[in-house]
Amino acid sequence: MKVTIDGIEIDVPKGTTILQAARMIGPEVAPPTMCYHSELKTSGGYCRTCIVKVTQGSTANPNPMPKPVASCRTEVMDGMVVQNVTSPEVLEARKGVVEFLLLNHPLDCPVCDQAGECNLQDLAYGHGAANTRYEFERREFDPIDIGDKIKLHMNRCIMCFRCVKVCEQITDGRVHGVVHRGENAEISTYIEKAIDNDFSGNVIDVCPVGALTDKTFRFKQRVWFTNPMDAHRNCENPKCKGLVRLWLKGDEILRVTARKDQWDEVHDFICNTCRYDKKKKTDWVIEGPTQVNRHSVISQNHYNHLNELKVQVMKQQKALGFMDINKQP
Amino acid sequence: MGKKLLIHNDKVPNIHTLDVYRAHGGYASVEKALKTMTPDQVTDEVKKSGLRGRGGAGFPTGMKWSFLAKPEGVPRYLVCNADESEPGTFKDRYLMEKIPHALIEGMITSSYALGAKTSYIYIRGEYFYVARIVEKAIEEAYAAGWLGKNILGTDFSHDCYVQVGGGAYICGEETALLESLEGKRGNPRIKPPFPAVAGLWGCPTVVNNVETIAAVCPIVNMGGEEYAKIGIGKSTGTKLISASGHINKPGVYEIELGIPVEEFIYSEEYCGGIRNGKKLKAVVAGGSSVPILPTELILKTAKGEPRLMSYESLGDGGFQTGTMLGSGGFIAMDEDTSIVKNLFTFSRFYHHESCGQCSPCREGTGWMERILKKILDGRGTEADVELLWDIQSKIEGKTICPLGEAAAWPVAAALRHFKHEFIDYVKNPKNIKDVKHYFRLNNLVEA
Ligand code: SF4
Ligand code: FES
Repeated sequence: MKVTIDGIEIDVPKGTTILQAARMIGPEVAPPTMCYHSELKTSGGYCRTCIVKVTQGSTANPNPMPKPVASCRTEVMDGMVVQNVTSPEVLEARKGVVEFLLLNHPLDCPVCDQAGECNLQDLAYGHGAANTRYEFERREFDPIDIGDKIKLHMNRCIMCFRCVKVCEQITDGRVHGVVHRGENAEISTYIEKAIDNDFSGNVIDVCPVGALTDKTFRFKQRVWFTNPMDAHRNCENPKCKGLVRLWLKGDEILRVTARKDQWDEVHDFICNTCRYDKKKKTDWVIEGPTQVNRHSVISQNHYNHLNELKVQVMKQQKALGFMDINKQP
Repeated sequence: MGKKLLIHNDKVPNIHTLDVYRAHGGYASVEKALKTMTPDQVTDEVKKSGLRGRGGAGFPTGMKWSFLAKPEGVPRYLVCNADESEPGTFKDRYLMEKIPHALIEGMITSSYALGAKTSYIYIRGEYFYVARIVEKAIEEAYAAGWLGKNILGTDFSHDCYVQVGGGAYICGEETALLESLEGKRGNPRIKPPFPAVAGLWGCPTVVNNVETIAAVCPIVNMGGEEYAKIGIGKSTGTKLISASGHINKPGVYEIELGIPVEEFIYSEEYCGGIRNGKKLKAVVAGGSSVPILPTELILKTAKGEPRLMSYESLGDGGFQTGTMLGSGGFIAMDEDTSIVKNLFTFSRFYHHESCGQCSPCREGTGWMERILKKILDGRGTEADVELLWDIQSKIEGKTICPLGEAAAWPVAAALRHFKHEFIDYVKNPKNIKDVKHYFRLNNLVEA
């Protein structure tokens, strides 16, 4: 199936979504995502950051689609023509989405543990406006503990539903869902029952913002001062491959997470034993420094090998007149 | 007197019982369909009739039926959307309350056409007493053999169930309704797949409004072509209109599509004019989500032609100068009405009812409500009015389900036609009258 995205044509198999096709072309044309996560079925479609314009539905039916579509949930048709960054309309709509996402989100990155590896922070830099136009009170919740290892801070949640899908699809027994409606909707653990199973820790990794954080790591260190290393071990858990990322400070392992790809998505979910109980260097076979290959604050400092990708991404962003977060003031 | 096909017997005593309903020609369509027609013939008659969905979108029913996937060995379902929650709309309630058998008859005939062995009537939670009436009627129908095994001795068997919702507007969105029917949280699904392919429990499903299903009976009885002669152009047949607001005779009226709006408002047969001798200021013609129109534009189109009660005529001029027939929730407002207050009420509703899945609707609806409240509190600025416009434009079309649009359209239309009122309120807060009383009525704490 042939699809053209921002003027670049690509041949993709049937069943590919617009987003996947765009990612195959490269970061220049890939729409940003917040709620889609390729390993989680039925994820995506909620946040609306990935919306694109379909100017031609297919060769068979060349009409444009009447409304922008969520690229993460729309499959390509043969001969489809899509506009992402080349459509001012899409950029404007996306700016709107970012504003909506930030509306009830506290703008306190300096005290948030996710800062530096937060998808929303990156998105706001890239696509948002400099100021908020919202002058009313933001919704507020008390932080709650979900079990002894996970902290839920609902104020920061953007309702991406990724953690809900992890609990539905990866962990055994669903103990996690959504209560209330609309603006008052809240992630909950039916009700306050702790998530307690082998794979629960993965909700931390899939959370794009700082709503779910690792209590064993919280506030120990800013991520950009840590040194990520890829490592593995022979995990006893048959469902866990033991492929992880260690975040070190000197010789100390501050935290263990699953590995994330270029799009910040996890493909091999890890068990809680690997995540919480293996914090000695001798527990792991260290493969070497992580290639952090996405455009985010964590790629600062020691990651000079990234220049090539950075140049690519910066080209796109400069073309759009975005702020250059790598520039020294 | 216009032709009536749905509620012509509504004043007959005990028409809610099977015996009286039957004595007035009830269940004739089931007899005719099951004994003399094939399912496809029934569908054909519906196609020929030009019947369009009466829930709001106005999609041709026959076409919707023909999209239903029919894989071997997979059950198909008919689901009746009786989650009537659009503010200003109460026609389905009237029909179910007065003549419940009309709906059940339609369910059987339609299910026969679709090959559905099971059907569900999903009734909104607030209509619990209506649900009881319908359940009672279903019991009667079972006892008399209109439901159950081998209806009328044919090999068509059918079961019909009532499900009561929890009382959420969003469950009127067809995929949210299906989720709720399955026992889950009533969140709209992301489409595709459409219900016609994967609906209830993943099986092909048709979801139709109460009035649409009830209209299938007269169509089968009189034939699709005859039915299509009623009405005007592509707006065929009759339509139930819920008339409310500042009119002399609020209520549910059955009209032939195509009568002039002016006649509907002022004739004695229908609304009987504006109450207290006041002048008409604006009309919301199809339930709270459709664009409001000022008097000049509701009585005449921008081209100066008389505006008719039909899908096409009300839609004439697009949203710039037109509106939609929608669900037929006709709300008339007199000259004393504050459009800003009215809009605040609508926005408050949509904020309350947003399911919260997608960001533009979840966040945007609350934002618009707060800005309107600020304006009513006398603290608004002109920038707020501009901001309202910008927010609605960023919700519209960017959401999963039509609730986003339903929330955005009233704001857009009020600003399009009555911007001067908003500007007046922000420039001269002393012109905002009776707002305390209004807030008290709405259980709102004064700011
Ligand atoms: S538009 Fe509103 S109601 Fe519809 S899915 Fe999105 S958040 Fe839910
Ligand atoms: S990533 Fe596609 S809608 Fe959220």
